[in-house]
Amino acid sequence: MLGLISLNGLAQAPKGSVLIQNATVITITNGNMEDADVLVEDGIIKKIGQDLRAPNGVEVIDATGKYLMPGIIDAHSHQGLDVVNEASAPITSEVQMKDVVNPTSIGLYRALAGGVTVSHAMHGSANVIGGQNATIKHRWGTINPEDIIMEDAPRTIKFALGENPTRVHGRGNGIQPRTRMGVEAIIRNGFNEALQYKKAWEDYNSNPNGSTNPPRYNERLQTLVDILDGKIIIHCHSYRADEIYMLINVCKEFGVDKLVFQHTNEGFKVAPEIAKYTMGASVFADWWAYKFEVYYSTAYNAAILSRNGAITSINSDSGELIRHLYHEAAKTQRYGDLTDEEALALITINPARQLGIDDKIGSIEEGKHGDLVIFNEHPLSVYAIPQMTFVDGIKYFDINEDADDQRISVSPTEMVEPIYLTEENHRCMQGTIRYYGENLFKHSH
Amino acid sequence: MKKTKNILFAFLLALIPFMVSAQIDGEFVKARTGTFLLKNATVMTVTNGTLENASVLIKDGMIAGVGTNLSEDGAEVIDLSGMFIYPGMIDGGTSLGAVEVNSVAETVDNREIGNVTPNMQILTTINPNSVAIPVTRVSGVTTVLSKPVGGLFPGTAALINLNGYTPDQMYAGFKGVVMNFPSSARRGRFDRRSDDDIEKAKEKAVKEANDIWENAVNFHQMQSEGAEMQYYPEMEQLAKVVAKELPLLIEVNAASDILNAIDWVEGKDINVIFMGCDEGWRVAEELAESGIPVIAGPVQDLPTRASDRYDAAYANPGKMMKAGVKVAIRTNEVENVRNLPFHAAYAGAYGMGKEEALKAVTIVPAEIFGVADKYGSIEEGKRANLLVSTGDPFETSSDIMHVFIEGYRIPLSNRHIRLYQEFLERDPGLGN
Repeated sequence: MLGLISLNGLAQAPKGSVLIQNATVITITNGNMEDADVLVEDGIIKKIGQDLRAPNGVEVIDATGKYLMPGIIDAHSHQGLDVVNEASAPITSEVQMKDVVNPTSIGLYRALAGGVTVSHAMHGSANVIGGQNATIKHRWGTINPEDIIMEDAPRTIKFALGENPTRVHGRGNGIQPRTRMGVEAIIRNGFNEALQYKKAWEDYNSNPNGSTNPPRYNERLQTLVDILDGKIIIHCHSYRADEIYMLINVCKEFGVDKLVFQHTNEGFKVAPEIAKYTMGASVFADWWAYKFEVYYSTAYNAAILSRNGAITSINSDSGELIRHLYHEAAKTQRYGDLTDEEALALITINPARQLGIDDKIGSIEEGKHGDLVIFNEHPLSVYAIPQMTFVDGIKYFDINEDADDQRISVSPTEMVEPIYLTEENHRCMQGTIRYYGENLFKHSH
Repeated sequence: MKKTKNILFAFLLALIPFMVSAQIDGEFVKARTGTFLLKNATVMTVTNGTLENASVLIKDGMIAGVGTNLSEDGAEVIDLSGMFIYPGMIDGGTSLGAVEVNSVAETVDNREIGNVTPNMQILTTINPNSVAIPVTRVSGVTTVLSKPVGGLFPGTAALINLNGYTPDQMYAGFKGVVMNFPSSARRGRFDRRSDDDIEKAKEKAVKEANDIWENAVNFHQMQSEGAEMQYYPEMEQLAKVVAKELPLLIEVNAASDILNAIDWVEGKDINVIFMGCDEGWRVAEELAESGIPVIAGPVQDLPTRASDRYDAAYANPGKMMKAGVKVAIRTNEVENVRNLPFHAAYAGAYGMGKEEALKAVTIVPAEIFGVADKYGSIEEGKRANLLVSTGDPFETSSDIMHVFIEGYRIPLSNRHIRLYQEFLERDPGLGN
């Protein structure tokens, strides 16, 4: 036991060095550079330029004719999580996804094979205020969950509006919220209770030698206090314009400006408000009509949001889509004519901004992490195939060298390897079906 | 913004004949037929190579001519310099038109109660006004197989064109009875049955399928010998498969199930098409030897096993094709059938090659469905189902500029585009 603890305590992510030469470097923030080299030392991009020399012992990769871009960032994923929903109350802000991270989940390798180096492993959408999410780096090969938690990434928390929390709690449990009015009330009540809790502690702390006992510690309320104090970024599952507008108003009232909307299918209707008052929206490229609240969607959503000045990203929420986010981003050229730069920002620097890690990743700049992906063709071409993917300068995916079978753990209880014909891709509502019956959840976002 | 302008321009062009009579603000643009000469395009015929600087004449719903010296007489001339003409794409497996919003049970009409309901006709429930239809066809997908899902024999699928006001106007000349072949695979991670239970359930289902089939054969024999049969619509429909009036569309995916299905079909003198074949690559040789064509997909899909290479589903159509299987591609979608070109492109990039991938969504499905005399290529005498694009229609950077279905010029608008037009620059913007 002691050994395990000290091992965890010492766990430090491995960092590597590599020189990638002669690529078309898509920096995202500073345009493209033809025939350029990128040198990563000890996990950090040291130099970008021409004719760079590799220090002794540093591997050189010739990327002539290929494209190098920053590792793709998925602002909404459930890959690498053993559980997704703590669907037991409308507010469960005390639970943390970092407690259920599983670094051996094959979905993480498949994401690397799609050039994705960082994902936002989120709580599900069963509750109005769900659990705290984990930002993870896809360091494939470790069995220690701590190794893949991104150091220094800000705390984020899942909120959810609309059909999912009203189904789970209103229709499933017969408690508030059953409507979008109830959803607002849950948030207001939670925030106000948190303010009372904060004041109780402030009163106690201002006079610790007084006669009152310290307030009883409450992790759920303390987390809400941290949200109100701007220490946690809200990532809110949302679809309809009315509910998006509601949360903007509530957050304005409580002085909260660290707010990102997730899915946001009707975000295009309130794009000016999202642009002005929030950290933007993270959307699907083209998913719609799988449930009623996404029936009035448009695949032009990302383009409308971008052109209105909202920070916009494209996410997967899916073990399948996470493997081709570059293609999902490319759809904004069919649906709204975004430029190459705008389209690629949707899966790099913009999600980095929404996760509060744009000082570390999301572009190829000196001083940023060596999270990189090499493509055989321009990443916005439908025929593009990722060739190699690096996290912190270490190569975790190589299309030519990797074995087919990349499993780290194999279940000893499975005599025959299971075949999944309808893989559970979309796990926003995972963990709720068994409580409330399948009929309530024919979809899962 | 160049491309947006092109789309809007094409949209406005479609408006012109109506502007004179337009009394209502924003009057609806209908599909309209006529004689059209599409001039100066690069024509990707699919079956006869590429024709540079060529024209296509559309008349009476048909492709009346393909070449360089076609008469402009009486035709509305559309200059397509720098653009490409492709055959309309065909999705070999969807439930388009039968489902509107998947989570709203009242709008889900592809899944009837019962295990043996081959007489359920998907064509009956096709909604010509489904919002997803115009969303789909602006991508250049002009024709889809819409199919029922559910039990062992869930119903009869139908090929439809994505224009028309009644199911019969949309019907494109192919029907097939769907069978979900008894499976030894798990339905998903929630499926926690033991391996033994799964095997037993499969064996029971195979026995049931055999019993039903025997009944259908007997029914057909008695029927053809003139016996007076009781009303038995399920058997009547299956008897049409026995009689080879309708093919059997067998959904089968796991490798061992595919082999079982090949065995099951052997010795039965019927027409068979396989659908899905997610693990077809594992048994590609056997599939090729069986001669059974496959409608594969979705291509943008996860591997079926954790141990599989990450790109197993992308590479599946190419591997089957290279082994000698006739492969068409499907999305198995409802609202996002518009992604058919991207599924095909992935198959192309991961081993199938671009040219074959294009065939897998045009001439190959037309051949599999027995409608290659009407659809699937740009040839004189075929129905005028085609698209015009600014480049490779599989690339997202290309725009689809025109779509024709059965000679109807399709307005390039739908709810997604209208919302874009309304909300790109909202007025009032910010503030009260």
